[in-house]
Amino acid sequence: MSEISNQLESLSYKAQQIANEASQLASSVAETSGGHSDFIIFGITVLVLACFVGYYVVWSVTPALHSPLMGVTNAISSVIIVGALLAAGPVDSNISKYFGLVAVTLAAVNIFGGFVVTNRMLSMFKKKQ
Amino acid sequence: MSTLTTAAYLVSSVLFILSLRGLSHPSTARRGNFLGILGMTIAIVTTLSNPGVLSYKEIGIAFLIGGLIGTSIAVKIQMTALPQLVAAFHSLVGLAAVFVAASAYYNPSAFNIGTVGSIPMGSLIEMSIGTAIGAVTFTGSIIAFGKLQGFVSGNPLVFKGQHFINLLLGLGIIALIVKFCIDQNQELFWLIVFASFVIGVLLIVPIGGADMPVIVSMLNSYSGWAAAGIGFTLSNNLLIITGALVGSSGAILSYIMCKGMNRSFLNVLLGGFGGEQAASAGGVKDDRQAKQGNAADAAFMMKNSKTIIIVPGYGMAVAQAQHALREMGDLLKAAGAEVRYAIHPVAGRMPGHMNVLLAEANVPYDEVLELDEINRDFSETDVAFVIGANDVTNPAAKTDKTSAIYGMPILDVENAGQLFFVKRGMASGYAGVQNELFFRDNTLMLFGDAKKVCEDIIKGLEN
Repeated sequence: MSEISNQLESLSYKAQQIANEASQLASSVAETSGGHSDFIIFGITVLVLACFVGYYVVWSVTPALHSPLMGVTNAISSVIIVGALLAAGPVDSNISKYFGLVAVTLAAVNIFGGFVVTNRMLSMFKKKQ
Repeated sequence: MSTLTTAAYLVSSVLFILSLRGLSHPSTARRGNFLGILGMTIAIVTTLSNPGVLSYKEIGIAFLIGGLIGTSIAVKIQMTALPQLVAAFHSLVGLAAVFVAASAYYNPSAFNIGTVGSIPMGSLIEMSIGTAIGAVTFTGSIIAFGKLQGFVSGNPLVFKGQHFINLLLGLGIIALIVKFCIDQNQELFWLIVFASFVIGVLLIVPIGGADMPVIVSMLNSYSGWAAAGIGFTLSNNLLIITGALVGSSGAILSYIMCKGMNRSFLNVLLGGFGGEQAASAGGVKDDRQAKQGNAADAAFMMKNSKTIIIVPGYGMAVAQAQHALREMGDLLKAAGAEVRYAIHPVAGRMPGHMNVLLAEANVPYDEVLELDEINRDFSETDVAFVIGANDVTNPAAKTDKTSAIYGMPILDVENAGQLFFVKRGMASGYAGVQNELFFRDNTLMLFGDAKKVCEDIIKGLEN
């Protein structure tokens, strides 16, 4: 147990390091120029680094828990709700806002459904008494 | 974005990473799920505190409706129906991505990406790619859901020129995206959505029911890339990081599933494998007689054995036999036998499905072993009890180079002292290949519904 928490700590430390490096890189990019188009190269940097994190983290998942893994990833991919909330945010009603509200509903189904079903699955895994 | 917001999103990203990391062992997994919930809560609260987000009432109602629907489905769903549930959930992520992108197109100022008609090129590219992936995920997942649920035939639907049409459509979508990025025309935006919907359907229809574990994992991956695509539109690292995590997770699961069948990803994607076509092609007439036994014989033989390995497959899930199977295992343990379970990587209709079903029936997870962990033990095992599985035990995968399943890793049940196959009938498995183990001297076939057979064996053991 303590070993796992140690691993978790070291992993979170590594992730933060990567993020720090990425943000430093971003600020250096932002200094040289300005505007949205610079985000693309910064975003790609983050994307590639996150793929590496994902690769190592997912290979360490025990095969017995691959179904819960799909449940969790399904729930967290609904983080797209961030975009949906921004879209639904403005006070004045227009088509864009309604699209946002629909997206909020869809993402909420997924967030709750994904986490609840994963919790149900995980609560069933028991050790030999 | 303020520094505080960015920092909060970073905390969410780290929590999501830790949440997946928690799944490395069942003992830390529930905490992992909790960290995921925490990360999501931080992400939502942070976004709500954005000065541009003001319509709390409407958002609250939308969130509540979605939350109630999601929770009630997740609480009620039967564990055997997990694969179709996951497929259905993936479709929602895809559709949500399409809606977010459409919203960004009609009101770009809410996302700080210019004004209507003058959205920067970069944002247009990201937006249209995110839309296309989201739309493919949506319809592809719906077809996968239909196949798993039985609304759509599980047989592969193959027609002439299929891949050519897909190729044309794919190129067409790229052309539309290019044109859209130049014109910013609204018809073009919806044409991209429509064409992606169509290609999503066409990509999944030729794929057979038993290949769905690969497809469900692949769509899981797509839903992640769709989220990452939207993350670029929003210049939001949280979405990009999460999207990459989910995307690589799905890709790795697809890879593991393909390896479990010794097939290339492309081979699965091109489809046409399995179903009626394969069954008729591989269905060489076999006049040999398999030895048929009854539950009482099986009960007697297993009662007198020391070591038993149970190999569950999709047939067990269909018959909902997991509880009866566990009860049978308990009785055998009480009689002094060592009972363990062996899981093939592609058993069931989604990765890890069998583990969840056995856990549901209260089988302790340390009695459930993966192929690599248990395969050597079959030679020292008295009884191998195969229930609802076939292809994953077929030695033709090792010996017959012409076989459709050649090279697939199998569970070496043939090395056990005595074999039992619980099956509905003599039909060959998904790959359409005859299993010569059925005709061995030390094999006893137990025909019937998996649950019924287990219950009959339980009766035999109790006497």
